[in-house]
Amino acid sequence: MDYIIEMCNITKKFPGVIANDDVTLRLKKGEIHALLGENGAGKSTLMSILFGMYQPDQGVIKKNGEVVKINDPNDANRLGIGMVHQHFKLVQNFTVLENIILGVETTKHGMLKMDEARARVLELSERYGLRVDPDALIEDITVSMQQRVEILKMLYRSNEILIFDEPTAVLTPQEIEELMKIMKGLVSEGKSILFITHKLNEIKAVADRCTVLRKGKCIGTVDVASVSKEELSEMMVGRKVDLIVEKENKEPGKVIFEVENLTVKDRATGKNVVNNVSLNVRAGEIVCIAGVDGNGQSELVYALTGLITPDDGKIRLNGNDITKASIRQRNIGGIGHIPEDRQRYGLVLDYNLAYNLVLQSYFTPRFQKHGFLKYSEIYKYADELIDKFDIRSGQGARTITRSMSGGNQQKAIIAREIDRDPDLLIAVQPTRGLDVGAIEYIYKKLIAERNKGRGILLVSLELDEVMNVSDRILVIYEGEIVAELDPKTTTVQELGLYMAGSKRGIVA
Amino acid sequence: MNISIKRFLSSEGVANFASSLMAIIIGLLVGLLILLVSNPRQALNGFGAILFGGFTDMKNLGQVFYFATPIILTGLSVGFANKAGQFNIGASGQFIVGAFAAVYVGVKWTFLPGALHWGVALIMAMLAGALWGLIPGILKAFYNVNVVISCIMMNYIGMYLVNVLVTNTVFDSLKNQSQRVASTAVIPKMGLDNIFRAGNSPSSVNAGIFIAIIAGIIIYIIVEKTQFGFELKACGLNPDASKYAGINSHRTIIISMMIAGALSGLGGALLYLAGSGKSIEVLDVLAPEGFNGIPVALLGQGNPIGIIFAGIFVAYLTVGGFNMQLFNFVPQVTEIIIAVIIYFSAFALLFKDFIRSHYAKDEDKLTKTRPVSQGSLGGDK
Repeated sequence: MDYIIEMCNITKKFPGVIANDDVTLRLKKGEIHALLGENGAGKSTLMSILFGMYQPDQGVIKKNGEVVKINDPNDANRLGIGMVHQHFKLVQNFTVLENIILGVETTKHGMLKMDEARARVLELSERYGLRVDPDALIEDITVSMQQRVEILKMLYRSNEILIFDEPTAVLTPQEIEELMKIMKGLVSEGKSILFITHKLNEIKAVADRCTVLRKGKCIGTVDVASVSKEELSEMMVGRKVDLIVEKENKEPGKVIFEVENLTVKDRATGKNVVNNVSLNVRAGEIVCIAGVDGNGQSELVYALTGLITPDDGKIRLNGNDITKASIRQRNIGGIGHIPEDRQRYGLVLDYNLAYNLVLQSYFTPRFQKHGFLKYSEIYKYADELIDKFDIRSGQGARTITRSMSGGNQQKAIIAREIDRDPDLLIAVQPTRGLDVGAIEYIYKKLIAERNKGRGILLVSLELDEVMNVSDRILVIYEGEIVAELDPKTTTVQELGLYMAGSKRGIVA
Repeated sequence: MNISIKRFLSSEGVANFASSLMAIIIGLLVGLLILLVSNPRQALNGFGAILFGGFTDMKNLGQVFYFATPIILTGLSVGFANKAGQFNIGASGQFIVGAFAAVYVGVKWTFLPGALHWGVALIMAMLAGALWGLIPGILKAFYNVNVVISCIMMNYIGMYLVNVLVTNTVFDSLKNQSQRVASTAVIPKMGLDNIFRAGNSPSSVNAGIFIAIIAGIIIYIIVEKTQFGFELKACGLNPDASKYAGINSHRTIIISMMIAGALSGLGGALLYLAGSGKSIEVLDVLAPEGFNGIPVALLGQGNPIGIIFAGIFVAYLTVGGFNMQLFNFVPQVTEIIIAVIIYFSAFALLFKDFIRSHYAKDEDKLTKTRPVSQGSLGGDK
């Protein structure tokens, strides 16, 4: 069988790292080819090279056996290569149809010929089972619908090679299943798909072959049918990993954190983004708020930690009303917060590691006297934490945080928040974007804190995480808690139905 | 070039210094070009004057320190606010209200004895300047009004208000300017006039330069050593993270704008209490010292100690520029040259990137390309 795209011996270097080291990837016509690797393994770089956003230092790209040069995404488009980016590139206040034809509009005397375009879009959407409403505005449709628009964009441009960059990260289990069907349909119509992911289940479900990258090197290409998930995972990480968390049973203690009828309104629309939420967290338990991204989790956490003021409701920590307390009062009062966006909220990236490690405690008598900072004490403490939490960086405590890897930045935040010994730890997507090794580490830390009798409120989008780590699951949908579930008795499918809003349980 | 020299050249401090130096040299060369165009025969003489004019005699050197005093303070003002992430373009207004407060106290409050008189005048100037910084600070902190806009408005309000106040309180109608301050309100010379003089003609230098330098050192300590400095820089570098960490960003922004205003106000006081015969003229012109603080802060790259040297350097060019008039250059040309050099100084940061990438290139290919983890595709983020 012929290869439609070959990337031969691609090497790409960046300052201090070799992102791709002699990587070869061959895509057959009509197959789904998965590209598997941890974060920083070089998947994105490789795809960026194929899409013309970077130039390789060495190696060539061939299409149908002929060497081609791809200087920019327009070249890629001309060669029939299309890409669904992880973060969609859609104009929010344009309609579906307008977004699809954007850049390749057919015109007559400078006027748009929408009718032809509409007919073609409808025909495509029929043929590939991609249901969309061509006149809906992007801002009004769901994420999975937006993804379909992205796919239609590629099809409208008659692309033959479709790149999907982590397409399932934003979808519910049911939507993922549907996407898999769509992908299979596309392949049966003769398209070829490159599927970037680090989720093994999905590879097993759809991919024909899989190329594994680790630290920029190509580990190998395998037939998916002939390998097990464990083998794939070992190829990806380079060692055996066990993400099934060992967790002893523990009877939770007294309630330490209570939220009553909390409501947050959106400033622009006046809609309740957090709608009458009540919950509690007891000592020694991990309560997980599960939900698809954008269902009010972020706002809920902002309200709990004081970043925004709730419009209604009460928050109590250890029996004290903290609804009106300042952020600093809450931090001192016993709330630790691992924020969702570690670079925006969690760290001052241009500060060095030591400064970031004392970001929540620089004002305590230990680190300042009469308003002057005690630098020797700060660096001593930083070295202790670096040691205790195994934070790796180029120049130790004096490393500028921006230059550290995502995993180590996250470790720094975790070290800072856990070491303050909070009664309640709010962890929002603590493993987002991290590789398997770091995820394992974070789970262990969270469970250790739980075993010490701290309350943990975990906000997560990852189903495996929700099922494995938590003691109790609260499902959030459109700002409301729609179900309270026990991970031991719930199935992933059931959880998915609640998350998608198609099922409601008794509200706790 | 061997590796260790390259590593040395690409280090932070050296890159800072070298980039400022590069900005200065390129500015000077462009200045020379303008001289060649405007008056080719005298161009080299004129260029010599601007380069060495400040050193020709002790009086000129004294004048350098005299001119440096106010712009060091406005430079500190701009640089300090910048640490908190605010662009204080209002130094001009803060400067002039400070100057008025000082002159008013200097003329009217003659009941104050000796050193207390000028001391109180300086304090009142700082308070007035702080008030002028406080208003944009409050508007920013509580109503998110862009500091640049409110500062520009405060500049005009300050200028016209001072014109009105001078006319109504301490007006010398013959000269259309403020009256001379009492001798007790003049900043002491501390014997500097005996060192920096040419024959019988002393320079205008006075203890103000020491006050400016001490202010620079204090600002350095606040920024680098204190808890407040820590909060200030955190707010400037990442407002969201500082909010997350419980830092009261409203308070931080307001206080930093007040301190910035106080510095500019002090600059205004030191200029008009220098005893050089300069008075506040009733003109519809914004005080240029305020705007000169911006290039001084840039050239000093925000470092308070760097700003002290940058201020002295700009003053040195100014004094050299006066000497150019000996060679038949009209004052406007002099001002263009100084402006060009200052303009290029704003490129200091650009040169810094250039120097670092250039010398680091062979070693580890520090190019402008973002590393893979920040690739625009963002697959892994």
